Order: sequence, then structure tokens, then C-alpha cells
Amino acid sequence: MSRETARILALHGGLLVLLFTAQFVLPAYHHGNLARIMVLASYAIGYNILFGYTGLLSLGHALFFAAGMYGMGLGIQHGGWSPAPALLAGIVAGAVVAGALALLALRTTGVAFMIVTLMFAQAGYLTILYFGEYTRGDEGFVLQTAQRMLWGIDLSDPTNRYFAAFILFALCLCLSLWLVRAPFGRVLVAIRENEDRVQMLGYDTHAHKLGAMVISGTISAAAGATYGLLFGYVGASFGGVQFSIFPLLWVLLGGAGTVLGPFIGALFMFYLIDLSSGLTTAYMLIAGVVLVALTLFAPQGLVGELRRRFWTGLP
Amino acid sequence: MEIGPYILLASLEGAVTAAVLALTAVGLSLVFGVMRVVNIAHGEFFMLGAVIAWWVANSVGGHPAIGFAVALIVAPVLVGALAAMADMTILKRLNYDPERTIVATIGLLYILQQLTLMTYGADARPVEAPFNQRIALPWIERTDAGWQTYYPWGLSTTTYKLAVIGAAAAVLGGVWAMMARTRIGLLMRATQADRDMALAFGIPVEKVYALVFGIGAGLAALAGVLIVPIQQAHYLMGADPLLLSFIVVIIGGLGSLPGTVLAALLIGLSDGIISVFFSPTLAKILATLLVGLVLVFRPRGLFGTRAP
Repeated sequence: MSRETARILALHGGLLVLLFTAQFVLPAYHHGNLARIMVLASYAIGYNILFGYTGLLSLGHALFFAAGMYGMGLGIQHGGWSPAPALLAGIVAGAVVAGALALLALRTTGVAFMIVTLMFAQAGYLTILYFGEYTRGDEGFVLQTAQRMLWGIDLSDPTNRYFAAFILFALCLCLSLWLVRAPFGRVLVAIRENEDRVQMLGYDTHAHKLGAMVISGTISAAAGATYGLLFGYVGASFGGVQFSIFPLLWVLLGGAGTVLGPFIGALFMFYLIDLSSGLTTAYMLIAGVVLVALTLFAPQGLVGELRRRFWTGLP
Repeated sequence: MEIGPYILLASLEGAVTAAVLALTAVGLSLVFGVMRVVNIAHGEFFMLGAVIAWWVANSVGGHPAIGFAVALIVAPVLVGALAAMADMTILKRLNYDPERTIVATIGLLYILQQLTLMTYGADARPVEAPFNQRIALPWIERTDAGWQTYYPWGLSTTTYKLAVIGAAAAVLGGVWAMMARTRIGLLMRATQADRDMALAFGIPVEKVYALVFGIGAGLAALAGVLIVPIQQAHYLMGADPLLLSFIVVIIGGLGSLPGTVLAALLIGLSDGIISVFFSPTLAKILATLLVGLVLVFRPRGLFGTRAP
């Protein structure tokens, strides 16, 4: 193991140890928040694989998040399944939707790719509303405590919930760290930098982008399914445009193309909105100002700036 | 009522939608055509137009027509100036990079929308139309006694709705004349054709960009003013026009003005007729899927000449 690898493992392992021990010291309010942030950060990690590492800006990731959430929620609510198969159904639903959208959307590039993903996600959101009889539309439905017992563990209990969120986050973080250092991830970064050259070197760029989009969508769906299960609510608002913009915001804030960026961005943004929603109902104003300021002054994001200044080898 | 009068009524309502939509979409298309910028905040300029119209109509006393006439001038000018300012302070500094400008205009969308929420509030508020006479329309039907004209119940329109259609047509004619016949239109077309070459010939490209962004936003604001007597002003009203304008611009071919107007007519009319027969949600699902698929399989649009 080289010194660089050791440092990288120490940094990311350190964060996980920190998050693991945090649950014993944090007050109840922040304890609950951090569980939520870890699930949302997993969503952002999924988004980052496509946007940060492959360079494809999707405006429709809420579709995958909602596919996971509804795949899980509808299985429990109408299929009467237990959480484990429902969770799996959510993840599979996300992978299938991501694969199907990838086959269509990857025929386009740049601005057209953004609009195509936006439109299909919007169609997905409207479909959820259209089948309001089963999905309960905007109102959503609540999963009862009895429906959220995973192998005899009550997921509505705060300690169990934190632990479940931690496991999801740790898995996503490790997967993302391993992926971007593996040959497959290196090709993705190369595609982001110069697709024509990668193609000329003999790589199948389309297959790599397809793979990246399916992995990204599957992680997002896993986050969506877990979110519904842990917080006991499934609603159409998680499929709206706003929920496609959020991961973009978190990743941009934290640093696109960095493994830690999604978590840092989600953490900052969550508390920024949490603090400002105490002052005004127009809390999305903060999101807007941060988006504009980031594109103007810090396109690299927080961790990206760190990498540029101090540690160029940071994955 | 028979099916015939239903369809006539639906197409009249659709024509109003199409007129307002054409104005909004031409603004979006102009900005995309000349600047290659996808302006996600376009719907918010539409909303600002409506909200400013309410504000002006309430501060100007007298006959509702006076307030409305003032709003017709004030709202587009104010919104256009605001947009030109946003262009010079934000978009210019991003070098009009397509992806970064999209992110920045999403930010702009939230800023405008939430500032409106903080100042104007969450209520929907009406503006009185300057004139609003009901016109009943005749319908011809074959009876035992031969062809007969009669006035079916509910088949009517208002003078204001007809005026909206007329005003939109006049403004669109004006935009076409500006692009095709004036010097500033020539500069815009030159910038659209080749930015660097235009710059080399001494065209102040940055000023042209600011002007185009302002005019685009002004057109959306004008559409907002025209619609507000029919539909109330609300801080979230920008979402639907944005989506519909996208649909129109993409189907009409990105950046092509005649294509945009044609597509607006098509979408506006079919929207009116489809929503008579299907639920509005289903109509929207079909429309969004259509846009996605058109972009995937016919990226030049149905009438367009250039790839995006």
C-alpha cells in the first residue's frame, strides 16, 4: 500500500469512525438530522458518479430516487411485503428505470441531455400523480411502525435508524471510493475530460457512460428506498424537480468529482436551510443564492478548493 | 351541446393559450438562438410580469383600463431591465458556458420566485380586464327544416380574449420586423451566426447579448401581463409556461422563430382540445414524453434546421 493510498484510507475511514461515534454524543435533534443527512448524502454520492466523475449533468435524478422510494413503498403498502424484499424491489426498480432512461438520454449530449432527463423525470412525477389511487399523489402515504420491522429490528427507533443510515452511507462511500480508483472509474474521468480522445484510444465510451448512469441511478434508488423506510413516508414531492436540483446543489457545494464532496455539501446545505427556515418561509431563496454564488465564485466546491490548494491527489 | 360547438369553444380557448404561449416561447427561443443560453428562469419573468401588472393596476387609480395600459408598458420594461442586469452581472461572468448558465439560471429562478413570495405573498390576486364583453357565438346545425343558425348555451368568448390574440399577433409581427428589417436585428442575426466574427467586425456583442436577454424576458413579462386578467397572479405561476415554452421551442426547432410560432399554435390548440377529452395530468405526461422523445430522435425539432 502506497503512502498516498494510506492517507486516502485514513481520511475516509476517519470520517466514518467520526460519524459512528457521533451518535453517542450528539443531542437528539442533531442526531436525527445527521441520520437524514447521511441518507441524502448517499443520494448525492450516486448523483456525483454521473455528474462529478463522468461529466453528465442530469436534471432528472429525482426519478431514480422516487423509483426506489415507490418500489419499496408500494411493495409494502399494496404487496404486504416485509422491508427486506421491498428494499430490494426499490433498488431493482431504480436500476431498471436508470437503464431505460440511459438508453434514450445517452443518444444526446450537453444541453439536450439535461432537458431530456428533466422531461422524463417530470413525466415520471406526473405519472405518480396520475395514479393517485395507489400512490396517494402529493399527499403521500405513511408506513406504519409495524411495516418497518427489518429482521425484527424496529427502524422507527432513532438509534436503529441512525445505524441503518450509517450503514447505507458507509456502503455508498466505500463503493464510490473504490469505483473512482478502479480502472472503470478512471475511464469515466477520462470521458469527462475528453470523450473523443478516450474513444480514439479504443474504449467503448457509450458502454461506460451507460454503466455510470445505471450505477448512479441504483445508488440514488437505494437512498430513496432507505429514506422512505427510515422516515416512514412516501410522497410525490420526492419526485419533483426540486428533488432533482438538490443533489446538484449538494454536489456543487461540496465539490463535484470528489468522494467526500457530496457529504460535505449535503451537511452544509441541510443546516443552512434548517437555520434559515426559522427566519423565513422563503428558504429556497438560500438555495438560489448559493447556486448562483457557487457558479460564479467557486465552481470547484468546498472539497474541490481543498484539493486544488492542498492535496492534488485527493480522489 | 353537440361535439362541434365543444371543439369550437376548445379551439377558441386554445387560441388564447397559443397566443400567450407564442410570446413566452419566442422570448425563450430568441435567447437560445442568439446567446445559446437555456434560460430556466424564463417562467419567473412571466410571473414577474403578472405580479407587476397587479401592483401597477392597484397603485394607479381610475378606470381599470388606465392601470392596465400602464402595466403593459411598465412591466416588460422593468422585467427586461432586470434581466439585462442579471445578464451583465451573472451570465457574462460565466462566459455563457452552457452548463454553468443552466445552473445559474436555476439559482435565479429560486431567487426571483422566493423574493416574490417574501414581498407579494402566497395569495393569488386578480387584475380586472380593461374591457370584458361577452360575445355569444352562433352555430349552424342541420335540422328537419334545413340548415339553421342558433346560439348554443355556453359557446361564447370575450372581447378581451380576442384582444389578447390580436395583441400577441401584433407583437410577434413587431419582433419579426425587428429581426428582419432593422439594424439592431441585423446585429443580432450576425451575432447568432458567428459570435467571434461579429466581434471582429466591431459589433458590441456583450451589449447585444444584454439586449437580447432583456427583450426575451420582456416578451415573457408581456405575456404575463396579458394573461393576468384571465388567470390570477401567483408566485408559482411560472412553472407551467416554462414547461410549455420548452415544449414549443424544442418541437419548433431550437432557435427558429417561425418554427416556434407554428409549434405554439399547434401545442396551444391541441392543449385546449386534448384537455376536453383527457385529464390535464395525462395531457401533460404525453406532452413531456413527446418533448423528451423528440429531442432524442429528432434533435433538430420537427421544423428546425439546426442541432442544439
